[in-house]
Amino acid sequence: MIDFELSPKIVEQKNLIRSVAEGAMRPISREFDEREHEKPWDFLKMMWDVSAGRSMTGADANEDPEKKKGPRENTLTAAVTIEELSWGDAGLYLTIPNPGLGGAAVEAAGTPEQKKRFLAPFRGGEPKWAAMAITEPHCGSDSAALQTTAVRDGDDWVLNGTKIFCTSGQMATEKSDGFVVVWATVDKSAGRAGIKSFVVPAHTQGMKVIKVENKLGIRASDTAMLVFEDCHIPADNILGSAEVRESNEGFKGAMATFDATRPLVAASALGIGQAALDLAREELEKAGRPIRYGVADTSLTAAESDFIEAESDLQAARLLTWRAAWMMDRGQRNNLEASMAKAKAGLAVSLATQKAVELLGPVGYSRKILLEKWMRDAKINDIFEGTQQINMLIVARRILGYSSKELS
Amino acid sequence: MFDLELTEEQQLVRDTVSSFANNEIRPIARESDESGTIPQAVIDQGFELGLIHSALPEAQGGYGEERSAVTGCIVAEELAFGDASIAAHLLAPRLVAYPVADGGTAEQREKILPRFTESFHPATAAVVEPRFDFDTTHFATTAKRSNGSYVLDGHKCFVPLAEDSDLILVLAQEDEGPAAFLVERGTAGLTVLDREKNMGFKPLATNEITLEGVAVPADARLGGEAGFDVARMVNLGRVGLASLAVGLARSSYEFALEYAKERTAFGVPIAQKQAIAFILADMAIEVDASRLLTWEAAAKLDRGEDATREAYLAKRYAAKAALKIADNAVQVLGGHGYIRDFPVELWFRNARGFASFDGMTIV
Repeated sequence: MIDFELSPKIVEQKNLIRSVAEGAMRPISREFDEREHEKPWDFLKMMWDVSAGRSMTGADANEDPEKKKGPRENTLTAAVTIEELSWGDAGLYLTIPNPGLGGAAVEAAGTPEQKKRFLAPFRGGEPKWAAMAITEPHCGSDSAALQTTAVRDGDDWVLNGTKIFCTSGQMATEKSDGFVVVWATVDKSAGRAGIKSFVVPAHTQGMKVIKVENKLGIRASDTAMLVFEDCHIPADNILGSAEVRESNEGFKGAMATFDATRPLVAASALGIGQAALDLAREELEKAGRPIRYGVADTSLTAAESDFIEAESDLQAARLLTWRAAWMMDRGQRNNLEASMAKAKAGLAVSLATQKAVELLGPVGYSRKILLEKWMRDAKINDIFEGTQQINMLIVARRILGYSSKELS
Repeated sequence: MFDLELTEEQQLVRDTVSSFANNEIRPIARESDESGTIPQAVIDQGFELGLIHSALPEAQGGYGEERSAVTGCIVAEELAFGDASIAAHLLAPRLVAYPVADGGTAEQREKILPRFTESFHPATAAVVEPRFDFDTTHFATTAKRSNGSYVLDGHKCFVPLAEDSDLILVLAQEDEGPAAFLVERGTAGLTVLDREKNMGFKPLATNEITLEGVAVPADARLGGEAGFDVARMVNLGRVGLASLAVGLARSSYEFALEYAKERTAFGVPIAQKQAIAFILADMAIEVDASRLLTWEAAAKLDRGEDATREAYLAKRYAAKAALKIADNAVQVLGGHGYIRDFPVELWFRNARGFASFDGMTIV
């Protein structure tokens, strides 16, 4: 039955996270925007202690999915949680110790044994991070063109190459006992079919962080450049089959990770956008200019009209996001819907935050308040986990029934 | 709990209405637009589907099915996929039937509802006023109490089927706020002016009406002394209009999609060009976004909650999206989009109406 109400359990979680966002994130938000490359360890340890074991996609490493009764709401719960954390601070959210994108890749493509081996350490002990390394200096959206190689050598795979823009890459590989999932080709001549993903544990010899990027926003989160030089990992650290098949199965499996993570990136965007609109509404109210709903269009002020447009765009993005998450929870293929949500949310949050800065006038531009930071933070959602344009391309291919060759 | 699955009953309703819209409405849409008329056979068939009386109480001859704004949205979208203005015509009697069923006194229900259960019975509501700052929270049409009766004065426009209706539900301002009055045709001072000539929605006959010292008895006030929730009626109207806009947008999107796959340029279908493919992708996203916002507002109304903000945002969003999508459909077809041999120019003209309309349908 059509129902837009969140379950009481999700609402409870949402309220809990909102209090974390207000009490523990907002107060340190500006500080760790300015002290880029430093980490708020007290906050990170606290979040680790309360959330250890929970993956980014909401799956619980302690839970046997076979035994769980009732409808699954993991992804939707994760989406709401991430929105609230990002309402607090998107950069801080991204750096919370967590299996992250690396964990999502293991969940999407790993064997039960691999899931256990790689994800169980996230249930306790010291804070850990896991990351995903796809992008290279010369290829971003076109991940099939990547150059990093994996060569079989006895009982090992040997990785060589350079990866950039790896979110939490430093935390996952040097500052904790986590891991990074590295995409590499086992056969360049095979194109997409040759691309596989590999789990590289932290501190593995031959893997090195050579740069942590300075960024426009989400500065509390480290974005690393990783170099692999004859980096040896065990043979069974490959996710999925090592066989190079005509069918592109490995590549498709790796791409399937995005179906799970794109709604969650969209959810993060929503949180930033909501923070900006909440503030703008509050300030307009204080100035005696409340947003009115239902009056004649010709009676609306330009500020109201702009606000209402941003607000409904954001709500549209939220419902598209919840739909994609809901489908994931039901085990339905959501490739189209995930890209729809991501494309819409990335753009909506970019425009909403820019509009909020404009609405607040000179105050909006000032670093005295967080709004300008949110505008900077927002933009990443239009870029990472597939740019807006890549997601539009995916949507277009799905609705037209075209392959990537037919529509490139 | 968040859920987007239609009930089995809703799926059945959707499929039934969808095949009616595809097989009976779509084929006559162009001719109806040119002639400004709708074949009586189609109107009768629509009635036979139970569009008006299925959700009216059994006591008054209806089927007594559950009233649901969400189901109403599904029906409106499917009908409008055939043609939005024919859809508005088929649903028009609801403008009296639903408010009376929802908020009428026992006598009003008994007296009025049986009219709608035998055959298509034209009836309508007068909501919009011809002024640029028209606002549904404060009507310029007034109702003044005088010696136990009411006197109505004002000017309304976009009143569907006014000429053929024997009963018009007039929304008017009392000192305390908006109220609704059941005005029988023939009441002195009520004048139905010439049929309006609009850019689109041509098959739907609409008129301006004037009310000059129209005296109606006290029992013409909907809900009697208790009054009637006009704001809720407006909100139910807005999600209905939004759904018509979604249906129109979907027809434009699907037509453009198929055309772009067939039409070749430079040796390939134009859909293989990103410039076109991205337009189509945007259309797909905005159709779904409009529908979700609309259903969210409708579901809130079904829970009996105030959804003024949600209904307003949904209608505004869907109206804007429909216009943009229909405009882009014309664009994808290029010169062919501008020619009346194809339906997209018709949808483009119709789409522009939604931003100007209010209270012309109800779910």
